[in-house]
Amino acid sequence: MTTAPDRHSYLDAPYGLKAWLLTKDHKRIAMLYLISITAFFALGGIFAAGIRLELLTPKGDVWTADTYNKLFSMHGVIMVFFFLVPSIPATLGNFLMPIMVGAKDLAFPRINLISWYLYIIGGAIVVTVLAMGGIDTGWTFYTPYSAIGSNTHVTLAIVGVFVAGFSSILTGFNFIVTVHRMRAPGMTWFRLPLFVWSMYATSIQMILGTPVVAITLALVAAERSLGLGIFDPKLGGDPVLFQHLFWFYSHPAVYIMILPSMGVISELVAAMARKQIFGYGFVAGSSIAIGVLGFLVWGHHLFVSSQSIYAGMVFSIITMLVAVPSAVKVFNWTATFYKGSISWESPTYYTIGFMGLFLIGGLTGLFLATMGLDIHLHDTYFVVAHFHFIMVGGAVMAFLGGLHFWWPKMTGRMYNEPLAKTAAVLVFVGFNLTFGPQFILGYLGMPRRYYSYPEELQLWNVLSTAGASILGVGYLLAFTYLVYSLFYGELAPANPWGAKGLEWQTSSPPPTFNFDEDPVVNEPAYDYNPSGREVHVG
Amino acid sequence: MSSDHQHPIPSVGTYVAVWVALVFFTLLTVFAASKDFGSLNTPIALAIAVTKGSLVVLIFMGVRHNTPLTKLVAVSGFVWIMILFGIGMSDYATRSWIGVAGR
Amino acid sequence: MANPSVHGHGPDGPPASLGPATHHPRQQHHFYSMGQQLEASILGMWVFLVTEVMFFGGMFMAYIVYRNMYPIAFEASSHELNVTMGAANTLVLICSSLTMVLAVRSAQVGSRMGQIVNLILTILLGSTFLVIKYFEYAAKFEHHLVPGPNFTPELPMGSQLYFSLYFCLTGIHALHMVIGIGIMLVMLYWAIKGRFTPDYYNPIEISGLYWHFVDIVWIFLFPLLYLLGYHFNGV
Repeated sequence: MTTAPDRHSYLDAPYGLKAWLLTKDHKRIAMLYLISITAFFALGGIFAAGIRLELLTPKGDVWTADTYNKLFSMHGVIMVFFFLVPSIPATLGNFLMPIMVGAKDLAFPRINLISWYLYIIGGAIVVTVLAMGGIDTGWTFYTPYSAIGSNTHVTLAIVGVFVAGFSSILTGFNFIVTVHRMRAPGMTWFRLPLFVWSMYATSIQMILGTPVVAITLALVAAERSLGLGIFDPKLGGDPVLFQHLFWFYSHPAVYIMILPSMGVISELVAAMARKQIFGYGFVAGSSIAIGVLGFLVWGHHLFVSSQSIYAGMVFSIITMLVAVPSAVKVFNWTATFYKGSISWESPTYYTIGFMGLFLIGGLTGLFLATMGLDIHLHDTYFVVAHFHFIMVGGAVMAFLGGLHFWWPKMTGRMYNEPLAKTAAVLVFVGFNLTFGPQFILGYLGMPRRYYSYPEELQLWNVLSTAGASILGVGYLLAFTYLVYSLFYGELAPANPWGAKGLEWQTSSPPPTFNFDEDPVVNEPAYDYNPSGREVHVG
Repeated sequence: MSSDHQHPIPSVGTYVAVWVALVFFTLLTVFAASKDFGSLNTPIALAIAVTKGSLVVLIFMGVRHNTPLTKLVAVSGFVWIMILFGIGMSDYATRSWIGVAGR
Repeated sequence: MANPSVHGHGPDGPPASLGPATHHPRQQHHFYSMGQQLEASILGMWVFLVTEVMFFGGMFMAYIVYRNMYPIAFEASSHELNVTMGAANTLVLICSSLTMVLAVRSAQVGSRMGQIVNLILTILLGSTFLVIKYFEYAAKFEHHLVPGPNFTPELPMGSQLYFSLYFCLTGIHALHMVIGIGIMLVMLYWAIKGRFTPDYYNPIEISGLYWHFVDIVWIFLFPLLYLLGYHFNGV
């Protein structure tokens, strides 16, 4: 392998801190985001550790009840708004979208940079709130407590989330225009990688949903600071209206968090199986279907809130329907693996892990979609386990898998493969041990957001905390060898996996304008040799 | 498909005509509101507002000359907010159906 | 995949609707033609306006819910508003939309004076709107119509919700007007500098789209807030 880059890569020139902080290059912006979201993930993880520490024992003996409320609230706010929502879109999405469509950059590079600054400003505001004691309303900010009851810095926290939401909107808007107007010659919609389809559907949800939560939280801030009591029961207001408006975004938000992951998995499955994705059209269409149907189900968060049961019935049925396109994807990925030429590399581990854990998470969603069952399961650890299976077992694993898969492309370095496989196994085992027992706890009736519980539930809680420790070790291991590879890793070739896709046709890392010559596309996506034999690409 | 910039530029007269129409509809809506048409009050007011909005969108904002995609985007915002209104109101409108005291 | 070494402007090239490849001084490097740049800008502004529709939409949802719950209170409260000032503001904004579109048109036909005059008029009309709004708000304080401990006891339950929505809706709308005026000042500066020509007028066109949108929001706010109670006679 050659040393010393004469690689005219985007990492090398132009040089200097100012060149990075004022960059318009989508790849550099992706790297800026990667550093920031890693920091927020660590911060959110620290709060999780605080929660699990308390729950080792049945009594509330580590923190006060107030502090515990703040721990889970800050964990939620940071993980949802500052990690999960931006993670794949702002890192892998920003890096790959222009390259995958064959463009030199996103449609609006300066707006891309502004979106990162907004994210940082929003994050700084939330860290300030943290330093001032944090909030205790839960990440869901339910009224009337958030508007009238809580005496923590709710308004400031809302400002931070509002600003970060704007960052999300700008990212989505950039992606939509890029996919429509910046595709290379010959890159028709049905030749696009499925990652692009998923990101497109995600962007639609970001555009249509985020503004609603923005105005809703702004109204809560107005109630707190100006006394304009729109959700105040004393004035005749309905606190459940807040829930409607909040979940109108926050339910699509969970699809914003999972759709990009599904896009990553589609890419990884095709590459690791060296095979054309089974049912490309169905997988692409299912992304759009999830994007649209995801907006019609928000009331399933309101089943026990005094929402009309007739509305509840409608929401329940549509919620079950929205599982169908997700299942379509899982079937198609499985069919792709069947008779594929599977190579067992670290991205494959994360992919298989995702498919199993997302399956469980998704199926348990059906339990919650059933109104009768939800009465017993609402606000228990069953719900907590359900969404963590999807968000951590699903989204985070896909993010790690994608990070590993595209790491050589983004950094020009290979990481230590045996350590990577080890970390993947640790994450998988740790994850299952953390959240599997929580289904049982929920079934047995343990409420969420409580810092104490009946003694007979201690075993499951201890298992869960033990699992969290293993999970943490897995993440730390991954972080360590990935950072190490930046300095000492083997230099990566243009296409270490022998994968199809425009990103593998350019150098690792790519030059600043992505391609040395403008690409022209005249082949379908994932055009691996149909017999499944490995294709050697120089 | 047609491009956003390959159409003839509308004349000043066209824009002034739209302005006259908008002023007329404003005066009309004030006049209509001064009368009580019972349950038709709101539909009339909204119909006039939608007409005015459409004139602004189609002619002042030039959407009649835009690509089909731009038109689709413009419509989608309206459609999506109808989803919020419609399904959201399905809760409030049906709460009293259950026949339980206090609900 | 394809051989990326072919320079793609032949029969496989980009769609004709994006125009021929150009190298205009105002063309950004990642775009292949001014046509593509303009189309991307217009599409982008419309996507942004959709987010604005959803933003205001949340408040309209609250309005619909509470108007349904408290129809009499809403009519009685609306009756307290000054329809003349509201109608005047509506006409002011409609005039500003005309001057705005004429400013864009002036750029499209290359008239620098037309851009400057119309942009100044747009800014003046927008400012007039805000001045009238200021007087309206002042009157609300005087007449104890601001939600809170000083709210008049003479209006029924639900009226404070109406006025909370009134202030939120018109307040956020006014904030958008202020931002719009700021944008127009920048456009005016650039127009004076001669930056816009018939083959490059993207910024003023997309600013115009924003301005018209803010006008449309008011077109809906006016009947819903002011005219709702116009014929109300206290029953």
